[in-house]
Amino acid sequence: MSDSNSREIVVPGDLLSDSPELKAGTGAFREKGRIYAAQIGIKSIRGNYVNVVPLAGKYIPKAGDMVIGVIIDIGPSNWLTDINCPYPAPLHVNDVPWRVDFGDTARYLNIGNSILVKVLKVDETKRIQLTLKEQGLRKLTSGRIIEIPHSKVPRVIGKGGSMISMLKNYTNTRMFVGQNGRIWIDGEPENIRLAVEAITMIDREAHLLGLTEKVKEFLESKKKIES
Amino acid sequence: MSNDVLSDIKRMHIMTLLESGKRIDGRGFEERRKIELMPNFVPRAEGSARLKLGDTDVLAGIKMDIGTPFPDTPDSGVMTTNAELIPMASPFFESGPPRPEAIELSRVVDRGIRESQTVDMGKLCITPGEEVWIMFIDIHTLDYDGNLFDAASLAALAALKGTTVPAAKFGKGEDYALPVEHLPIASTFVKIGDKILLDPNYEEQQVANARLTITFDENGDLRAMQKGIGGGFTSEEVKYMMEVAKRTSREVMDELF
Amino acid sequence: MGGHSDIVLIDKNGIRLDGRKADELRPIKIEAGVLKRADGSAYVVWGNNMVLAAVYGPREAHPRHVQNSNRAIVQAKYNMAAFSVGDRKRPGPDRRSVEISKIISEALEAVTMTELFPRATIDVYMEVLQANAGTRCAAITAASVAMADAGIPMRGLVTGCAAGKAGDKVILDLGQEEDNFGQADVPLAIVPRTGEVVLLQMDGHLTQEEFDEAFRLATEAAVNVVYPLQVEALKRKYAGSTEDIEEGITNGGLANSVINETPSEVNADEIVEELASREEKVALEDMDDGKQGGEQ
Repeated sequence: MSDSNSREIVVPGDLLSDSPELKAGTGAFREKGRIYAAQIGIKSIRGNYVNVVPLAGKYIPKAGDMVIGVIIDIGPSNWLTDINCPYPAPLHVNDVPWRVDFGDTARYLNIGNSILVKVLKVDETKRIQLTLKEQGLRKLTSGRIIEIPHSKVPRVIGKGGSMISMLKNYTNTRMFVGQNGRIWIDGEPENIRLAVEAITMIDREAHLLGLTEKVKEFLESKKKIES
Repeated sequence: MSNDVLSDIKRMHIMTLLESGKRIDGRGFEERRKIELMPNFVPRAEGSARLKLGDTDVLAGIKMDIGTPFPDTPDSGVMTTNAELIPMASPFFESGPPRPEAIELSRVVDRGIRESQTVDMGKLCITPGEEVWIMFIDIHTLDYDGNLFDAASLAALAALKGTTVPAAKFGKGEDYALPVEHLPIASTFVKIGDKILLDPNYEEQQVANARLTITFDENGDLRAMQKGIGGGFTSEEVKYMMEVAKRTSREVMDELF
Repeated sequence: MGGHSDIVLIDKNGIRLDGRKADELRPIKIEAGVLKRADGSAYVVWGNNMVLAAVYGPREAHPRHVQNSNRAIVQAKYNMAAFSVGDRKRPGPDRRSVEISKIISEALEAVTMTELFPRATIDVYMEVLQANAGTRCAAITAASVAMADAGIPMRGLVTGCAAGKAGDKVILDLGQEEDNFGQADVPLAIVPRTGEVVLLQMDGHLTQEEFDEAFRLATEAAVNVVYPLQVEALKRKYAGSTEDIEEGITNGGLANSVINETPSEVNADEIVEELASREEKVALEDMDDGKQGGEQ
């Protein structure tokens, strides 16, 4: 645990800075000329912004996010989807690649189905609109979906996608990491299991230095046992 | 409230694993989750125990009061059991009056203790027909990951085992330990497809098509049963579960009491 | 308050029944993140009080008519376990717990950035497992740690503490006998960052000078003793989360929400946007591999 001074944990109300040069970024707010933390997280100064990288909290969708959702309710012209955020997200028949007649929705997507979907719009009152009308977006019918805290998604992807490329290469699986913390993995059962183990390890040890190396070692040791 | 829709993919995963002889958390079919017992957790109650069964976490507390006996049992104490599924424990529990699930749980726990004569109720009589001890068993669910029947029954039993009858406080002589005579241990099974699993976790319970709780005492005698959920069991399956319950409840007894 | 008894609550040396001095708190222990299922949780042992708090949310408020289209509501529920008190308490809410729930909801709402989550609710459940005077202060102290643990954006933590009068002396943090047989109780909760008082009640009999003294004792203890324990509990839970997190700046909880003042919001969002798009690219590439699945 070295170098922790520069990675200070802050709690709501902690003073981040009283410098007039700096501005309150994400997870922070300004009051009477000072900048305070609004959330539990790690203080981070980037450019002239003071941010708090959150260590907890719900996923809040924004337009453009790719997420994995589960159908939780069906209407005559839309589906209601749980995308792991505070609000149920509707998917309208106009936003799917199929021609769906009124009342015929359940024939295409039923309760319990998982979809790989994109957040099309989020309005000011957090009303969400999803779309399946883009290449690659679809219903997921095989493989496995696991859930990690959305704040750890970047760790699974890694710098420039290094971690996820490694995971896919070593485990020979197809993988999609939703920004809502849900990860879809498909392939041979044994390979899926290995990928899940590696991701669980990333989730558990997300805070440790040299994580990529550790995961690599883990995957290599498993490979050796197999062969 | 939040939904508790289980995704098809997860359901499929649980089933496929079971086909290959594995459970989603890596346990054997006849294997309980780790039990962690914290006796006398609430020192100011007459008796209490917090018990974790895996990630299911319950707190049982015992309060004693003096009241009048029922007319048909004038020389016997009174026991009442109440379980609360408080919204702290799960996003799917709601506040308000107890729902059928909470009432079923209360009654299953109650039956296991009552029918096995766990507590010698005769020793809770003060003046026949007039004054007896009333024993309240209250169960608070703190964290829910399936199989409350077993967790709550065990917590209640552990709480009773450490209960002191507060006679001095009521001017009824000296305090004495609650006479706990038997050790009824509940074992809950679910059936998923044609597989039978002991001590289901929340996800397994979501997929299950039938459930059976069997309570054995320290003599290996049956003390209570409760079947639940829509599906059914064959008589061979019931026999199998009895055998497993009898064997594993003995292990729990040896481990905890 | 106001019960009569021959008990000597404070002896001639100024020592209280449990051996404390007038301005001394009972021992306090705080732990964050103690439950698995809840989004955030905390456990507070304050003298012989034991309080567990759990937070769920923000999540959609139900029934719909309780929703506020501009902001989240904070719904705190204070509940006593049947076995938490001397005589068994009948389960379920009574008038006392409904009142306490209401004032705690309002106190917590005062610091919560509710504007970030329109139509949502933040549910806070406080379970008193053992009660021994001062449960509402212990409960709100636990609740605010649980909210922070759940990652709820707040303008500061909230800290509870009480003072009052017993044996003709103004004292800090009344114990059971002092509460039963004392002369006054002033439970309060404060936002240590600002000094704002967000919960305040009083019952009994005090002169204005005595109130000033009680208020000073309670607020000072809250800020100087209880608050650091809250902060420490949270930091302890997340210790070890500090390494190698630089690449972690992402579209986290607040990234797309406006909580900074207007001039900076565009730029702040840009930063996040840039980082987020970097991941998106990766995510999209991943997806390309998988898209041949082609159902429907």
